[in-house]
Amino acid sequence: MAIYIEKAKCTGCKLCIPSCPYGAIDMVDDKAEFNENCTSCGACAYACPTGAIVLEMAGKGEVDTTQYKGLWVVGEVTTEGRLAMVTAELIGEGRKLADELDTDVSAVLIGHEIEDLARRAAGYGADRVFVVDHPTLKRYRTQPFTNVLTGLINQHKPEIVLIGATTMGRDLASRVAARIKAGLTADCTELTINAETKLLEQTRPAFGGNVMATILCEFTRPQMATVRPKVMAPLELDESREAEIIHIPVSIEEKSIATKIIEVIKDDSGSHVNLTEADIIVSGGRGLGDPKYFALIEELADVVGGSVGASRATVDAGWIPATHQVGQTGKTVHPKLYIACGISGAVQHLAGMSSSDCIVAINKDPDAPIFGVAHYGIVGDLFEVVPAMIEAIKERRGDSA
Amino acid sequence: MNIIVCIKQVPDTSEVRIDPETNTIIREGVPSIINPFDENAIEQAVQLVEEFGGKVTVLSMGPPQAEAALREAMAMGCDEAVLVSDRCFAASDTLATSYVLSAAIRRIGEYDLIFTGKQAFDGDTAQVPPGIAEQLGIPQVTFAIGLEVEGKKARVRRLLEDEFEVVEARMPVLISCVKQMNDPRRPGIKAKLAAKKKEVTVWDSACIEAKACLCGFDGSPTRVVRTFAPTRDIEGEKFEGEPAECAVTLVERLIGEKII
Amino acid sequence: MDFTFTEDEQMIIDAVHELGSEELQPHASEVAEAGEFPYEAIEMCREMDIFAIPVEEKWGGLGFGFLLWGAIGELLSYYCQTTGSVFGAHVLAQYPIMEFGTDEQKEKYLIPLTSGEHIGAFGLTEPNAGSDAGAVQTKAELHGDKYILNGTKIFISNGGVAETYVIIANLDPSKGTRGLTAFIIEKGTPGFEFGKDEKKMGWDALPNRELIFQDCEVPVENVLYKPGRGFRVAMGTLGVGRIGMAVGAVGLAQAAFDAAILYAQQREQFGQRIAEFQAIQFKLADMATEIEASRLLYQKSAWLKDQGEKFEKIASMAKLFSSETVSRVTSQAVQIHGGVGYTREFPVERYMRDAKLFEIVEGTSEIQRGIIANLLLRENHI
Repeated sequence: MAIYIEKAKCTGCKLCIPSCPYGAIDMVDDKAEFNENCTSCGACAYACPTGAIVLEMAGKGEVDTTQYKGLWVVGEVTTEGRLAMVTAELIGEGRKLADELDTDVSAVLIGHEIEDLARRAAGYGADRVFVVDHPTLKRYRTQPFTNVLTGLINQHKPEIVLIGATTMGRDLASRVAARIKAGLTADCTELTINAETKLLEQTRPAFGGNVMATILCEFTRPQMATVRPKVMAPLELDESREAEIIHIPVSIEEKSIATKIIEVIKDDSGSHVNLTEADIIVSGGRGLGDPKYFALIEELADVVGGSVGASRATVDAGWIPATHQVGQTGKTVHPKLYIACGISGAVQHLAGMSSSDCIVAINKDPDAPIFGVAHYGIVGDLFEVVPAMIEAIKERRGDSA
Repeated sequence: MNIIVCIKQVPDTSEVRIDPETNTIIREGVPSIINPFDENAIEQAVQLVEEFGGKVTVLSMGPPQAEAALREAMAMGCDEAVLVSDRCFAASDTLATSYVLSAAIRRIGEYDLIFTGKQAFDGDTAQVPPGIAEQLGIPQVTFAIGLEVEGKKARVRRLLEDEFEVVEARMPVLISCVKQMNDPRRPGIKAKLAAKKKEVTVWDSACIEAKACLCGFDGSPTRVVRTFAPTRDIEGEKFEGEPAECAVTLVERLIGEKII
Repeated sequence: MDFTFTEDEQMIIDAVHELGSEELQPHASEVAEAGEFPYEAIEMCREMDIFAIPVEEKWGGLGFGFLLWGAIGELLSYYCQTTGSVFGAHVLAQYPIMEFGTDEQKEKYLIPLTSGEHIGAFGLTEPNAGSDAGAVQTKAELHGDKYILNGTKIFISNGGVAETYVIIANLDPSKGTRGLTAFIIEKGTPGFEFGKDEKKMGWDALPNRELIFQDCEVPVENVLYKPGRGFRVAMGTLGVGRIGMAVGAVGLAQAAFDAAILYAQQREQFGQRIAEFQAIQFKLADMATEIEASRLLYQKSAWLKDQGEKFEKIASMAKLFSSETVSRVTSQAVQIHGGVGYTREFPVERYMRDAKLFEIVEGTSEIQRGIIANLLLRENHI
């Protein structure tokens, strides 16, 4: 990828200067000119009102793939300022892949006041951590993060870039991949290195989980993938582990950013359920017969310390808010335990939960498809089974206490 | 207000299966629908035009049959429809698709807002909306659950993992919509019949000045090398008998395996 | 004779299938159990322009025939008997205005009935005049440019909910049918009140109310067709109404059959699915055959109507046969379900309760046989 300035089109308006996160543009004879800091991130090309800055992409087969080395994990920082679990998972998975490629794992952390997180990334197994710290990067926004990450990738040329398939990861990875014209595979659930070609084999579900597809990026670099949270296993945190920490200085002006975050609303009311992060989910379906019986599902969720999920049918019937919906048009979840109560198991529902570690199905109909994916099934009336489960769990808790 | 909505015609995925013999996707006989999230995008666009006036152009890339999806979108209230269709678009991945759609959007011309669904129902990648925004050089706000427009600014409520984020963006901006954003209208028979008579503009790669090397297989850095049916290596255990006893057995088992 | 649908018609049928399976069926039991008018379902039908099917485009309609109208009515009844019954009762006001109304009346009353903005109802039945239309006692007296109506109608479908009523009153009860006159009366007209809503064996959510006229003034321009010619309006309306009843019966019968054949293949007894028993198979075969025959009868009557030919005899045959079919089919559906079929867990018990009314409403089976016999004797007069 190359970037250049068509001097004849440059009007000397200087709009590009604040747009550059790397301070790489100088004015020479009233015309913009790149200095040695330039990473070809492309931020200026979008700021230029006259189209004087041209971002040129390499065509297929024109990328010298041998120049790209190393595996990167792009970190995610939670609203509370913690390292997202998916980042640790990806460093762990990246470790395995990097070993097969005989290369190292770098984490990229973009944010503000994230020094501690860099050490944590090291503790989870990163050999190197790039830290990009700036007040404007306090919270994720597409444009500055894209500029920063694109710049880093252009400069350091990693072979593989992994990002969590979260709302942030999907937003960022797609934009960066489109800018650098790299191949990107969404929401992978399995990553392997081909022993012969050394290419990253990226496997993901498609068509609502009815089909698995393995995807390669043969001619472009880096090979980019977003990876589904809670699928990969993190390494044990070892705080004594050391990593090379590299601080990347950036200069970003707030006014050059097209979006502004007005407010972040943490939803503690329970209407916003973080099903994707939940370890245990108890879901209710049409078998409940009436919205009021979701109370029973809530009670079971309470005693096992889980969140409440729901089938599409119950959401469509208005029994429970859509934020609880598990399935293809709802959330894709991967908890340790998924208890499906009165859910028949339509394909669209299975698409959202069949990769759970342990699935329990409770249904009156012995032929319900949910039993096909369940590790444990009880054929019976949920109104008898669920209260008995609650009772049994409470009893056991009482014993141990 | 000029709005462009990008939609995709998708197979109803609940009916898609893998042929166990050939490991290819069986698409025959599977009904085609508008990608469900795109219906939210259409609804949002139509509502805005009903409020502020203007025009909604619905755009899709696909084979000639995708015209049916565009007609359905017009029945829901879109004013004009454009289908970009060319043999050289076949086998486009998300990058090539966003390139083609962005080229078509340039040809359509002026716009204030672009709406898309958050992701397509068949691929589930969510990569095309940011790809379009990038290639057009405009901001994007993904996973929108609410929207207010004031002058040249869009205030978007995003649905994130465990929180809402309210973002203000300068227009033009691309917004991808989640299901909870609205309740898409069911078009009436009159609108459906009228939409059947409306014209769908069809553009090929030359019309949108798309470079062949950036479309289809040549423009796609990713390649699907294998498809297969997911393995369900689950030996399920079914408890039958007195429900209360089954429940106790199950709880014992879950506690025994340290699952709860 | 050709009952195939055009591409446009098929598109409409598909759209109604979608509406029915996604929106109507999931709430059908709820609606019936609550016993309240299905405003939401009707609103959805209105938004889909379902009430516009058989009306000329000039009056806001879609200009399709009764054959398509029948297919749509069948689907509505199939997915939600209540919605289907409202649709069936609605046309009893819409059709006579369309057929007999002046342009002014159509402008004022047909357009909102066609858009679905207004619901319609038709009032003929009285405590002492049901099968015998000539015995209508509700009296209409001409005073200047107004008629004054006095009397009571009973069992009026959509009563109380409807905005527009076509009412059959008598100018002179002693003249029998020759005194009958049809009026268009708006809800809210002074002197027009609603009495009790019947509690019924089935059709729980369809209002069947008393209409009470007490010195109710109706302007002369609201006479539908001509004074003293109300019998013709009533008979014309009931002719279409019979197609409508047949359509509803077929829809309900099909719903019961589908439930039964599904259950028969799921339920196991003596180590096999009960559908493998010949006793069940024969029931299913008879049910399906009768439904098919009923459908062909209503389709033939609707097709004749669309061709502008005499359809009344076939409409009566369709009504008679399909209403007896739906009673048998729903009863057999309960039988196939066994014990659970008699519980409220399954919809077939409701289907069976709903079915009975088809043999009574809009001309009992006995009346239909009488009509058919009369027409046959007239055709074969020696």
